[in-house]
Amino acid sequence: MHFIVCVKQVPSVEKVRMDPETGRILREETPFMMNPEDRNALEAALRLKEDNGGLITAVSMGPPQAEETLREAVAMGADRAVLISDPALAGSDAFVTSKVLARAALKLAPFDLVICGSRSADGEAGMVGIQLAEELNLPQVTWALELKVREGVITAKRKIDGGYEIVEALLPAVVTVIGEANKPRYPTMRRIVEACKRPVERLELSDLGLQPEEVGLRGSPTRIERVFRLERRRKGVILRKPAEEAAREVASIILRELAKE
Amino acid sequence: MDFELTEEQKMVRRTVREFAEKEIAPRAKDYDEREELPWELIKKLFEQGIMGSMIPVEYGGSELDSVSQTIAVEEVARACASTAMTLSIHSSLCSYAILKFGSEEQKEKYLPRLAKDTVAAFSLTEAEAGSDPSGIKTTAKMDGDEYVLNGTKIFVTNGEDAGLIILFARTDTGDPRRALTAFLVEKDTPGLRVGKKERKLGVRAASLTELILENCRVPKENVLGGVGEGYKVALASLDSGRIGIAAQAIGIAQASLEASIKHSKERVQFGSPIAGFQAIQWMIADMATEIEAARLLTYKAAYLRGRGVRFTLEASMAKLYASEVAMKAARNAVQIFGGYGLTRDYPVERFFRDAKCTEIYEGTSEIQRMVIANQLLR
Repeated sequence: MHFIVCVKQVPSVEKVRMDPETGRILREETPFMMNPEDRNALEAALRLKEDNGGLITAVSMGPPQAEETLREAVAMGADRAVLISDPALAGSDAFVTSKVLARAALKLAPFDLVICGSRSADGEAGMVGIQLAEELNLPQVTWALELKVREGVITAKRKIDGGYEIVEALLPAVVTVIGEANKPRYPTMRRIVEACKRPVERLELSDLGLQPEEVGLRGSPTRIERVFRLERRRKGVILRKPAEEAAREVASIILRELAKE
Repeated sequence: MDFELTEEQKMVRRTVREFAEKEIAPRAKDYDEREELPWELIKKLFEQGIMGSMIPVEYGGSELDSVSQTIAVEEVARACASTAMTLSIHSSLCSYAILKFGSEEQKEKYLPRLAKDTVAAFSLTEAEAGSDPSGIKTTAKMDGDEYVLNGTKIFVTNGEDAGLIILFARTDTGDPRRALTAFLVEKDTPGLRVGKKERKLGVRAASLTELILENCRVPKENVLGGVGEGYKVALASLDSGRIGIAAQAIGIAQASLEASIKHSKERVQFGSPIAGFQAIQWMIADMATEIEAARLLTYKAAYLRGRGVRFTLEASMAKLYASEVAMKAARNAVQIFGGYGLTRDYPVERFFRDAKCTEIYEGTSEIQRMVIANQLLR
């Protein structure tokens, strides 16, 4: 089996240094790491490989220093690492990223499963895996906790509000994995040494048959107007009344809140 | 000249740091209080290839470069100095000794075990012999194909946990400079038992014990580095061991600095975080400067070790300086924490106790100065 795992290099969340003037991340002073849920995705792939055999390719779209993260993926157990890096890609949004990753997956085909973290710790859009499945026109399973593959079918336990459900999909498919799915392994010292000796393969825009105007800031339909802190004010209300009466009151609260919006 | 760490060294730091932060640091206080390293943790350190970091791949080790090994000890010490102690003795001292002085048969027999599941210990000290090994009383007498060892060793780090001990005994040849021989002694050898376990000031979770030898028979193949070569084996191995202790000291100092920075930004007195006061700022500035200097000295010694050239002078300088920097950093950390620093609710009192130990074992500061002066004045 061939598993493709998409990984992203993100700034270490607790250690981000910002320029107070411009609000941009100070790259020199901020340590970078593999996006946490991508590590869960890779761990899921490693377990599937242990059960079924096969090959894991880690793919990342990013600047040249994202090689570090790909080497880390190899140190964790990926067999192959591919970096899609091109100056034209700078400023790409989730839509373009998924398009680029989809092209890369086709370039690396045949594959059985593409596994992504459900979202990145920096952007937090949670869109890439989903759009990637659309781009590839493949079935998708999101928010996966457990994965099993048998006879061309993937069975996944996925998290839903208030519980979980078990779904099946035909392979090839795209899966997104959440942080609760597993505890990613630490690379062993030996694998670190080996990973540092291995080359990371490179793909450029031209290898993927994409034009510069289709990607990067120009090709991205998303425009960020402003970034602000979301303030959530929740208050719990408990209604100690007979059910019918309470239901009426809940309905009226909802109507009142909707009227405010 | 290049001050940039290699990709391997950076990844080793990231990985061991994360492992130590998640798997060791939350339990370090508990290990210290129970005065015991759990085997569960040691097992994980073996699985990650951290215990086998010094050992070549052909013997099942991870064969990190010399600076990476040092970084691994430093990062473990930043979380728990006791765990780093066990690791440093096992790798920087004992694995190195076998690599440097072992015969091919000894390497094939012991290094794979040291990479996989067997902790090593180094036993030189006796009641009347510490810095001066000429006072060693433990004897090894040839009897057939075996040596018969008798005597009592003290202050053996990992004494309780080790499966293999590099043990020094007197094999008198008439020449006082060739009076000692190093032996590879397996823990389950009849006639060897663990005696008293010391209750220490610091690095409490790493065991420190007596070893008692009563007609303990060791095959002659287990002589390490040749009969009468004990001094040479001990001194050269301790050169490498001292790089490990320097790294351990840097880890403790770094933890002290980080705790000081965090606390001084949070603690408010006279209407301002104490980080705003120059008295605190100067302590923090000195700590950071001295830690950086200690780190550079230590990495340089490690780099020389990796190149296979002599590093006695640099290792002693690194050990001397780093341990004294650790002591000062930990003392200032306790000072910055004030009354809280005296309590066991905060880790700085542990750093303080641990740091003191680094100035003593594997050659006191005074011995290091002697070694350094001897190197310069000979």
